[in-house]
Amino acid sequence: MIASLFAAQACAPSECFAVPANIAFGICALLMIGAAIKVVTETNIVHAALYLVVVLAGVGVNYLILQAEFLAVTQFLVYIGAIIVLFLFGIMLTRAPMGRSDDLDNAKLRPAGIGAAVMLLVVLGGALLSSFGETHLVFSTANSTTALSDAVFNQYLIPFEVVSVMLLAALIGAIVLARRD
Amino acid sequence: MADKVWIIPALPALSFLLTLAFGKRTPGKGHFFGLAAVGIAFVLSLVTAGQWLARDTAHDAVGGLDDVPAQCATAVHSVAEEEAGAAHEATSNHGASRPTVAAEGEGEGEHFTRPVVRCVDWFTSGDVKFTAGTIVDGQSVMMLVVVTLISLLVHVFSTDYVHGDRRYTHYFAFLSLFTASMLFFVLSDNLLQMIVGWELVGVCSFALIGHWWEEKPNSDAALKAFLTNRVGDMGLLVGAVILFFAGGQRFHVLDINALANSGKISHTLLLIASCCLIAAVMSKSGQFILHTWLPDAMAGPTPVSALIHAATMVVAGIYMVARLYPVFFHGLSIGGSSINLLAVVGSVTGLFGALLGFVQSDIKKTLAYSTVSQLGFMVAALGVGAWTAAMFHLFTHAFFKACLFLGAGSLSHACHHSFNMVDDMGGLRKIMPKTFATYVIAMLSLAGFPLVTAGFWSKDEILAGTGGMNDANGTYYFVLVMLLLGAFCTAAYMTRTVWYAFFGEFRGHGHPHESGPRITIPLIVLSVLAVVAGFVNLPEYFSFLPESALLRFEHAIEPVGVFFPGHGQGFTHAGFNPVLATIATLIGFAGIGLTWAFYTGKLKVLEGLAGRNKLAGLGKRILVNKYYLDWLYTDVITGFVKGPLARATYWVNQNVLDGIVNGAGKGAVGTGRWVYDKIDQTVVDGSVNGIAGLAGATGGGLRKAQSGRVQEYAALFFAAAALLAGVIVVAVGS
Amino acid sequence: MLLNQFLLLAAILFSIGVYGVIVRRNGVLVLMSIELILNAVNINLVAFGANSGIAGQVFALFVIAVAAAEVGVGLAIVLLIYRNRRSVDIDQLDELKG
Repeated sequence: MIASLFAAQACAPSECFAVPANIAFGICALLMIGAAIKVVTETNIVHAALYLVVVLAGVGVNYLILQAEFLAVTQFLVYIGAIIVLFLFGIMLTRAPMGRSDDLDNAKLRPAGIGAAVMLLVVLGGALLSSFGETHLVFSTANSTTALSDAVFNQYLIPFEVVSVMLLAALIGAIVLARRD
Repeated sequence: MADKVWIIPALPALSFLLTLAFGKRTPGKGHFFGLAAVGIAFVLSLVTAGQWLARDTAHDAVGGLDDVPAQCATAVHSVAEEEAGAAHEATSNHGASRPTVAAEGEGEGEHFTRPVVRCVDWFTSGDVKFTAGTIVDGQSVMMLVVVTLISLLVHVFSTDYVHGDRRYTHYFAFLSLFTASMLFFVLSDNLLQMIVGWELVGVCSFALIGHWWEEKPNSDAALKAFLTNRVGDMGLLVGAVILFFAGGQRFHVLDINALANSGKISHTLLLIASCCLIAAVMSKSGQFILHTWLPDAMAGPTPVSALIHAATMVVAGIYMVARLYPVFFHGLSIGGSSINLLAVVGSVTGLFGALLGFVQSDIKKTLAYSTVSQLGFMVAALGVGAWTAAMFHLFTHAFFKACLFLGAGSLSHACHHSFNMVDDMGGLRKIMPKTFATYVIAMLSLAGFPLVTAGFWSKDEILAGTGGMNDANGTYYFVLVMLLLGAFCTAAYMTRTVWYAFFGEFRGHGHPHESGPRITIPLIVLSVLAVVAGFVNLPEYFSFLPESALLRFEHAIEPVGVFFPGHGQGFTHAGFNPVLATIATLIGFAGIGLTWAFYTGKLKVLEGLAGRNKLAGLGKRILVNKYYLDWLYTDVITGFVKGPLARATYWVNQNVLDGIVNGAGKGAVGTGRWVYDKIDQTVVDGSVNGIAGLAGATGGGLRKAQSGRVQEYAALFFAAAALLAGVIVVAVGS
Repeated sequence: MLLNQFLLLAAILFSIGVYGVIVRRNGVLVLMSIELILNAVNINLVAFGANSGIAGQVFALFVIAVAAAEVGVGLAIVLLIYRNRRSVDIDQLDELKG
């Protein structure tokens, strides 16, 4: 499998960037996995949030590689621009320890957590490898942003409206929960 | 007008917004927009009805569907074409060399309804397009006229009745919205829109029933009405979804009807869907066991009750069944003489609702139970296949029930807003002659006074439709008997209300007076209609009349086409039956006469008692009235049956059953002793103790897992999910 | 490019997120771990969608919207817990214990 990632294939129009994209993906994936591990192990809570930025940015880069430009932009704007800020506010408002702190983890549960994670990874990985072993990606949509907007506002109009109502409900819910009275 | 019919519901809807925004600044402080909008809507409805009656019903090439655009209703066209093709094939197979046009059903001289459908694209979800539109056919035209007329009269009535109310403007705003919702519901051409209209009607009734919400019982009643309706709404949703997927993802009523009618939807699906929809009918139309909200809904202002009971809200359920009739007809196998859910629900409600009408001292509650009972008549009529009879009864019932409710409103207006006819009314016939005359006319119509009243003709058609006397769509003796008993009770309790309200001495306080013209004129209009509305559907039996006078209603209202069971299914109409009509009339008279005899015969004794001691008289009168009812129920009706039956049962009890019981008891004691000694002490005790110990140990072990800490649960959850997924992967992969 | 390279990356992120949800004690950190899980799912959606039309991206977009709402409500809950208990340690919240 690793070999096929870097094999210089005959350059079909949509495959021309395969090798550079694979290299970009490899670097990005390693960074993401490393940062993700730091997110769940780091003893400084603010650093954990900053490592989360790396992971989220990596996800955005993945979207770019997958030619989902609009999603990538949304990822950067919404996640890194807004949600991370929200997290930092949450950290500050709950007066979390700013420096290193050893009681961020529940050591008793560490074996359980590792066990569950490894079991999931084994099952998922096994299933994926056996199902999609040699499936190649063929990029079909030339301009995915146009297609995306068409789909959201035609075919998926009702789910879109439902999501907007849900956002409103979440907004009200958050206000009701967080207000002081 | 038929293709611009959306204007009619739009007018009151607009009036709702205008009244809310500017109502306080208009002359009359609120009723201006409502009256104007509903008045115009009424005129437009009349125009639509005129055009409908003047339509061309002759045969055409597309089975009467030339005014149904294919983008609104697709399936109905394909069904019609298939049938035309099949008919053509059949004729050519028989060797008849008739021309094609004549082969398409014209052999039987068939005419078509020609519904007018107009629609616009509403939204698209996936590949399915949803349209919103209007349908104009006999059924919707009739409802248009009825709803707008009753609503107009109720608006006029309310300007006097609710005058000076603290929320006068809101009242008229919601009255407009109520009318608009019902018109929207009536004109909907697809199930989705019908659900919207159905719910809007529910919301408006909630707002109007709870109009005086400051008093707890009123807001409770509003909540009760709303929540009871929600129960049935679930049925409507489920039924609509079943029909949507069963009928090739179509919501249009013509499509669903045509598919159900042509047998393209399986019988089981139709049965399930119709049972779900019946739940909706039971809540909305106050059928037995879900009817309890209707009498409580009397907490609202009286004109609202009139509107709810006569034209809007409660008839929505009947209308829905009539609209989707092929679903019920084929789903419940109506017409096969076998008893079905619709007929049972209807006939049980018809009798039980009427029985409940006796025990009320509140005149409005009596009328409410009367509505419950009459709606039962309609549902029963639909259940036995008498579609036209049900619609006809809906039509006539609207007029006399609105008249009765508004009459009750007029009475209470005179009696310090009390509805208690036992305590606060009496002897009002001289003081309020107009209310008295109109009330009695409407009451006679409801009781089915023969030949001249509307209620007689429509009720008789329902009774004839049960087929007890002739073979129209099967025979339903059970329904016939229940409905005849219901008719007897109806006549009796209506006489009771007339007696309490208008005869005897005035028992309230103050000086009652006749109501003003804005109250009496609607009453007079409605009482006239309560008489003449019956003549629009004179049965064919009266052949000495010109043919143009007979069965006008049926010809104008009943659908003919691939979307109705009448299309080549052996769907027949019951004719007029003079024997049955005489029996029904005699039963009605018996009800009136018996009740009258009770009240007139015993009255002097009562008055004497009441005169001697006011407090004792009042208490005694209530007691005596209770006694009257007990006497009427237990002695007259059930006493004859019960007395001998009870004696026979007692004899059997003493001689046969006692012997058996004593013998069985002795045997059981012996067996029990043996079982106790041999089995209980050793085997059972041991196993019981063992099981208890095991359960305790297991519980103690599992208790440790219930730590209450969310993350431990999460760990268990993810591990279990991974295990399960692994098992599935291995099982599927191998 | 292989479909699997994205899917496996997503699986790894997902498992790391699960580990975080189970082990982390601080409420805010648990929420961050949930974000990891959601993003892993999103990568899956987009990767699957790349081969078969636009639906995957549409749903990824919806997931982002839902995630934003989730973080909003979640942080409000964490704030409320902090206000009531002066601590956001999830493992102290064991009132569910029977």
